Amino acid sequence: MSRTFLGMPARALEQSFPSNAAKAVRDSQLRFNLRKATHTIRDKRASVVGELPDWEELRQAGKAIKDHTLRNLDRYLIQLEEAVTAAGGRVHWARDADEANRIVAGLVKATGETEVVKVKSMATQEIGLNDALAAEGVTAYETDLAELIVQLGDDWPSHILVPAIHRSRAEIREIFLERMGEWGRAAPEDLTDDPRALAEAARLHLRERFLSTKVAISGANFMIAESGTLVVLESEGNGRMCLTLPRTLISVVGIEKVLPTWRDLEVFLQLLPRSSTGERMNPYTSTWTGATEGQDFHLVLLDNGRTDVLADEVGRQALRCIRCSACLNVCPVYERAGGHAYGSVYPGPIGAILTPQLRGLGSELDRSLPYASSLCGACYEVCPVAIDIPQVLVDLRAKARHPRAERLGMAAAGWIFNRPGRLARAQRAGGRLRRFVPKRLPGPMSAWTDTRDIPDIPRESFRDWWDRTGGGSR
Amino acid sequence: MNSRDMILARVRGAVAGAPDVEVPRAYRGAAGVTAGVTPRDTGGDTGPNADERLIDLFAERLRDYRAIVHVVAEAEVASVVAEALGRREIRRLVVPEGLPAAWLDRGPYDTVGDDPELSAADLDGTDGVITGCAVAIAETGTIVLDAGPGQGRRALTLLPDYHLCVVRAGQLVSGVPDAVARLAPERPLTWISGPSATSDIELNRVEGVHGPRTLEVVIST
Amino acid sequence: MRVALFITCVNDTLFPGTGKATVTLLRRLGVDVAFPRAQTCCGQMHVNTGYREEGVRLARHFADVFAGYDAVVVPSGSCGAMVREQYPRLAPAATGEVVPKVYELSEFLIDVLGVTDVGAYFPHRVTYHPTCHSLRGLHLGDRPLRLLRNVRGLELVPLPGAEECCGFGGTFAVKNPDISAAMCADKVGNVMSTGAEVLCAADNSCLMHIGGTLTRQKTGVKIMHLAEILAATEVAEP
Repeated sequence: MSRTFLGMPARALEQSFPSNAAKAVRDSQLRFNLRKATHTIRDKRASVVGELPDWEELRQAGKAIKDHTLRNLDRYLIQLEEAVTAAGGRVHWARDADEANRIVAGLVKATGETEVVKVKSMATQEIGLNDALAAEGVTAYETDLAELIVQLGDDWPSHILVPAIHRSRAEIREIFLERMGEWGRAAPEDLTDDPRALAEAARLHLRERFLSTKVAISGANFMIAESGTLVVLESEGNGRMCLTLPRTLISVVGIEKVLPTWRDLEVFLQLLPRSSTGERMNPYTSTWTGATEGQDFHLVLLDNGRTDVLADEVGRQALRCIRCSACLNVCPVYERAGGHAYGSVYPGPIGAILTPQLRGLGSELDRSLPYASSLCGACYEVCPVAIDIPQVLVDLRAKARHPRAERLGMAAAGWIFNRPGRLARAQRAGGRLRRFVPKRLPGPMSAWTDTRDIPDIPRESFRDWWDRTGGGSR
Repeated sequence: MNSRDMILARVRGAVAGAPDVEVPRAYRGAAGVTAGVTPRDTGGDTGPNADERLIDLFAERLRDYRAIVHVVAEAEVASVVAEALGRREIRRLVVPEGLPAAWLDRGPYDTVGDDPELSAADLDGTDGVITGCAVAIAETGTIVLDAGPGQGRRALTLLPDYHLCVVRAGQLVSGVPDAVARLAPERPLTWISGPSATSDIELNRVEGVHGPRTLEVVIST
Repeated sequence: MRVALFITCVNDTLFPGTGKATVTLLRRLGVDVAFPRAQTCCGQMHVNTGYREEGVRLARHFADVFAGYDAVVVPSGSCGAMVREQYPRLAPAATGEVVPKVYELSEFLIDVLGVTDVGAYFPHRVTYHPTCHSLRGLHLGDRPLRLLRNVRGLELVPLPGAEECCGFGGTFAVKNPDISAAMCADKVGNVMSTGAEVLCAADNSCLMHIGGTLTRQKTGVKIMHLAEILAATEVAEP
């Protein structure tokens, strides 16, 4: 089987995470943009989460609902299919990106249209739908502001919620001035970098497109098995435009997005907005069931590696993810490396466990992702469905192939630690050689001494001191 | 084997033998709807004071997200609505089927109905829309429309740049679980919390993108 | 109560002063602490780098070494978290008995001995870095701060961004040196902004990392383990 495609160019996969990150960390504009954005959202999230006295109970319920659903996923997918079909929708199943793209392209072409508007969707990013449609002569217009910035800038998304988080307002202004005219209505010549003016430019640029386009493509945040209802949370109203106005609506959704009951929404409509945008509620949430208000509705259920993840006892918890991006916003590594370093549409801590599971550990990049964390645990603490990301990272590290020099070093350390006598002898050897340890170490350990001193090696280890003094009593 | 059967088979193989999970619902649930769930605290009051506190909280949360809010007695709704429409200088107002006639005085504007259905371009050419709602949530400052009487199709509250919504006190619930319990999944729902907004530029919230840029709410007590 | 000290391989080899201070402190509080000679390493480096089998072997060894004790005191949040969080997953049967008896030093002082004033004297300006595994792994909360606030003469200054990782992360510091160094640079900046003479933590591995940058930058700020400050008194111990 070909490796699962996750919507990133081949060039991003050639490098390892550390080398990608090393470049990013030297980009002062990127560092500034990311620091500002992630710190803003961190504080907002903490404040609205703190308002709810039952946050931890909601979190435990959210975790359990997802685990129960995943355990019975076959049953709930069949129930969902029946309910959507009964409500006049059509359900399609796609094993991988290619099949999903073929299905969507076929549906669009059957309408006779050559343009589609899109609601921001991770699933369609993941399968590279826009490129696949372009190859079939169909132009996909992104309508979410951040996706629009990425599309106009011929760029790649770097964040789950805010794909253009790496761009400052000044950069966005330049992109709008230079590129909007090529895609439709041009930006006003006197455009400033005031976020209000930039939002207004996007409004004007997309208005006519919303009114005239006949086909829309979306994802979904949740699907309700018992009723066949789909749920989309958004802020700008571009989602409502796409979900409401076009004649045909095609939703591409990962199979793990199903929830058993309508009532389950009472948990997730509290967990998701507070975790993602740090709001008590996002401005707009739309729910619809089957063909609504005279629309044609198609649901494409996507596997694309998810059943592989589901088979892993430890790793399957990653499928609980509701794509809130709280883990990205608190991650000290993401804050400094940026999203592109992860080489996947899923960056940050969740990406570091999701991408290697979906794609496998075949490339150097994917093998390096489980190590893109200091295991500080901030991600687990904020995760609204309690995904123990550090646990999954450690588990993946045990599955990855390790470099030879490291294997030898670890074997030597293990040999020493297996016998206390060996440890004592190694410590004494270190103590005798202490004056000969250079300030700058060679080989891989130079990575430490490039920026940090190593501690002085003591003359005597603790255990030798204990033996010599009877634990300090002599 | 087709893709459907293959995916379902892979799912079954992946979870075979895994234990099932009980869902603990120890969070604050919908008041009076479900047993075994702690009811939401409305401040200890159960009398008329509780309603007042709920309305205050709702108004405060709406204002937090830059909605314009009025709390008025039922008899004053029409005059407050007329003033609001006057301030906005509304000339063409969309009025959905089933909107209570008592809310609208004869004003210096034309009312536009949706029967026969307005085209998107027609709707785009109007100045505003007035609706009721199905449910409103105090804790999150949310109004929920279910396309019922006085609300109309989803597009009606999307294309006009101004949305005026009248909420009756009896429609107000405390939290999200209460709202979910009152709403029917078969109906298309639009949950609205403040005017259209974005946080896509440096994660700063800016109001006013594609949806109505002004949301005005009249709470009728 | 039979109390054992798990010194940890890092303290044993590189920071014996922390071990001596722990022994001094516990003796002063009337605890006769044993040092089982067969102890080596908790296995954290191996497990967190992806060498699980070696980690399982070391977890079993740990369980054997500390089997007969009522309490095991660890002057390291990170090794303590390794035992408490990861042993139940790595070797549940072998370590089930020993894991609940393992206490990080400040937990042992406050939860077991019930002491928050250990009679220490340390007349210096100190800032405290809570370290990730103490904070989010062991959930030590404000225990170390309560102990420090009761040290006579000590001026405790809050550390901005205290809860953020210093960028050590074991082999992370070597595998992702650029990100690690950037994280440490921010941590050092925050330490310097406090004007503290001493940076204190309950974990020498994080202190080694931050301290290595503090000395490289010739800041003059000293690093000290919590045990060393708590062991300090006005007059030398007899």
